[in-house]
Amino acid sequence: MGENLVVAKDLIKHFPVTRGIIFAKQIGAVKAVDGINFTIDKGETFGLVGESGCGKTTTARLLLRLETITSGSISFDGQDIAAMAGAGLKKYRSRVQAVFQDPFSSLSPRMRVRDIIAEPIVVNNSLSRAALEERIGETLEVVGLARDRAEMYPHEFSGGQRQRIAVARSLALNPSLIVLDEPVSALDVSIRAQIMNLLKDIQDQFGIAYLLIAHDLAVVKHMSHRVGVMYLGKLVETAESEELYRNRLHPYTEALYSAALPSHPDDQREEIILPGEVPSPLNPPSGCRFHPRCLHAMPLCSQEEPQLKDVGSNHLVACHLH
Amino acid sequence: MNDVVLEVKDLKTYFFTKAGVVKAVDGASFTLNRGETLGVVGESGCGKSITCLSILRLVPQPAGRIVGGQVLFNNVDLLAKSDQEMRQVRGKDISMILQDPMLSLNPVFTIGNQVGEPIRLHQKLDRRSIWQKVIEMLSRVKIPSPEIRAREYPHQMSGGMRQRIVGAMMLSCQPQLLIADEPTTALDVTIQAQFLKLFKEIQQQSNLSMIVVTHDFGIVAKVCDRVVVMYAGKVVENAPIRELFNHPRHPYTIALMESLPKMDKTQKRLYSIEGQPPDLRNIPPGCSFLPRCSRPLEICREKIPETREIQEGHTISCWLT
Amino acid sequence: MTANAPAKKTFWKRHWLGKTLVTIWQAPKFPTIILLVFIIFGLFGKAIAPHDPNKTSFKDSLTPPSWMETGKMTYLLGTDHLGRDILSRIIVGAGVSLQIGVMVVAFAGLIGSLVACLAGYIGGRTDMILSRLLDMVLSMPFLIVAVTLAAILGASKWNLIIILAAVAWAWYARVLRSEVLRLKEGDFVRLAVVAGASKARIMLRHIFPNIVNSLVVLATLNLGTVIIAEASLSFLGLGVPPPAPAWGSMISEGRNYIGQAWWLCVWPGVAILLVVLSFNLLGDWLRVRLDPKFRQI
Repeated sequence: MGENLVVAKDLIKHFPVTRGIIFAKQIGAVKAVDGINFTIDKGETFGLVGESGCGKTTTARLLLRLETITSGSISFDGQDIAAMAGAGLKKYRSRVQAVFQDPFSSLSPRMRVRDIIAEPIVVNNSLSRAALEERIGETLEVVGLARDRAEMYPHEFSGGQRQRIAVARSLALNPSLIVLDEPVSALDVSIRAQIMNLLKDIQDQFGIAYLLIAHDLAVVKHMSHRVGVMYLGKLVETAESEELYRNRLHPYTEALYSAALPSHPDDQREEIILPGEVPSPLNPPSGCRFHPRCLHAMPLCSQEEPQLKDVGSNHLVACHLH
Repeated sequence: MNDVVLEVKDLKTYFFTKAGVVKAVDGASFTLNRGETLGVVGESGCGKSITCLSILRLVPQPAGRIVGGQVLFNNVDLLAKSDQEMRQVRGKDISMILQDPMLSLNPVFTIGNQVGEPIRLHQKLDRRSIWQKVIEMLSRVKIPSPEIRAREYPHQMSGGMRQRIVGAMMLSCQPQLLIADEPTTALDVTIQAQFLKLFKEIQQQSNLSMIVVTHDFGIVAKVCDRVVVMYAGKVVENAPIRELFNHPRHPYTIALMESLPKMDKTQKRLYSIEGQPPDLRNIPPGCSFLPRCSRPLEICREKIPETREIQEGHTISCWLT
Repeated sequence: MTANAPAKKTFWKRHWLGKTLVTIWQAPKFPTIILLVFIIFGLFGKAIAPHDPNKTSFKDSLTPPSWMETGKMTYLLGTDHLGRDILSRIIVGAGVSLQIGVMVVAFAGLIGSLVACLAGYIGGRTDMILSRLLDMVLSMPFLIVAVTLAAILGASKWNLIIILAAVAWAWYARVLRSEVLRLKEGDFVRLAVVAGASKARIMLRHIFPNIVNSLVVLATLNLGTVIIAEASLSFLGLGVPPPAPAWGSMISEGRNYIGQAWWLCVWPGVAILLVVLSFNLLGDWLRVRLDPKFRQI
């Protein structure tokens, strides 16, 4: 712990909006991720929360090199991932894997479980037949499925079991980092605990770092060491999980946590209902992006964009109030 | 005092498929008082959505059929009514909101047109009056600039607005009962908060009775007065809200609440329920929760538990009483 | 549906061959039997046919079907203007029509799938070029193209197959391309990219196997159309050259005798009707049967 695995600096991803079919002209850009900085340490879980359009999914895709970075950089173990190609890229892919939200579309319907789990290995190494079999069996055991399940097809399994298969596959190459994009939100409530325990156990056993994206604040708090809050393409606050919960500084974080559902009917919390809707990432507000909906907005907020500042114990917040 | 608006008695809805009979709802009973909000909690496959569809007689046919029980709405059995009579009930006396507003709204008609549709179907008013009612309803659900919005189309609205518009549509004829099936699952956290607060206000203003179907205990804690917990097509626990959170009694309810991650507690591991939800085509005799129960008794294997009242207004279906 | 142990499925249910046989067994009986009969005709026609289909006999020309007056038992369905037994010609002609049908569908299906995968998955300029090509082929009136190509290439069985395939592939490509576009968005494709799979591997192992269902359904439905197309071309004299018995040419030749000898046209027409109808019924049934399983929870 404490050693940087992933460092994102001034990360920007803009999706161009074009008009015209043959001679396309760019008339604007969706500023999905607009200059964020964060780090993920070895073996730790970094949780990213925010609502639709905040850019967390895009950030995950950038880390997975499913999208190209517009500007800024992500470095993995000291190397710039945008510069990777060929063998270097393959090496990167073998160290960074993913588990996605929907257990039903994550597994290729026409492939057997063994082939699904084996694919990352087959693509990247040549393991002998025996070694491959052994690895498949190992990963199935780690996720709590019997080895003989390898011959079956995805549709023969329940949602929770499919998610386990997805996790097994992500472990095949012994990655250093796994991106978890809403890993439990499509699962039944009683299965979620099982999968969350499994993920935590795997992290303890193998020292794998996670980038966890989730909208359920309780899930994020339970699983993450550190949490980042995103709004409209910007990171507005990052802190350790418990610290963020106890000491919410940014008004948006405050609203987010207060909107989270209570765990008991008597759990009355101050209701902060945000006015209006989330603005479009095509045309974000000037200065601090949150100022039109912020209950504590000052004139400065519409003019100058606040920078992420460390207010102590590694708690960073981007707000003129602090 | 206890004005009962809806009483479901031993409802049974089965699906007859090639692979066997699926007992989606297998003897569900509960009561809803006027002005109350009842939460129906359970996981996928427990029968909560089918229960709602059964109340409105919208069970998908021909595979699905209500095979037994009664649904007493203001003391009149809805299951005994004809199709024609049910059409009078839907939209006017009982309305329903579904999970995904994009599926509830027709993309090719304007908002105004759609919100006005139930009014057109159930009330004989001229176009002017209908338009006015539409604007009124849209204001009530806090849609800004309703006159402009009414002329726009669903794809021009955000998710939260769409769900409120669906709400407006469903409330336009002032129904007595509103059924909401996972109404906020597709919405963002802060939008969800907006929506729930709004509907609680509307409910208090018009003494509306609500049934909220959800898998989320948080929603239940926030808006419900009474809760019914369903598992494998049966009601396993029925209690007023505080009683349920303070003293859950059925092993499933207890296990479920235990397994939720809590904001105010830091836990190393979550309590997790063993096993999987049951296959509804092959429900073993006896209690359906048995394979996953932490405190099984011999009798649970043989006989389906009876529903017993353990405290005033608090019933459970379990042999552990 | 939960999996507690690998289902005790026998070899028949697990292997694709077994599954195919089980599917055939469960298919609707009427079209399956009809098609099996015609397939047997196609494979063993020469042995089954009561007479040599090309043997002429002027004294027997224009004999009516056997149950009519002046009909002869040995010529069950009658004879044509050259005294050739119509039943034998239909039986042997089945081979020709079915062979052409299957070959065209196979080529068109494979080319169409390939184009669909490339256009749909690679996208960008490749897609633009291939889609415009597709549009061009689809917008050309079939008969004019066929006639032109036949004039250039000459009329023969293999040329006919080429001509028909050259037009039919576009239809597959158009439908399958949208399937590919949909599949491309699936998480399993993204995960394959994350695992480091090349585009070729993804198209081969992830995209193609998932469009096979649609391909099979399209093929069954297309077979009927191809047979009619072949019959039309033969009717126009551009198909399989005489004296090879082809149902379309039989109808064409029988045109002049419709007034006095209806059986020259009617029997080949009935054969076409039965085969095409059976393929369509099977195609429809297959579509229902294969689709839900693919989207099975």
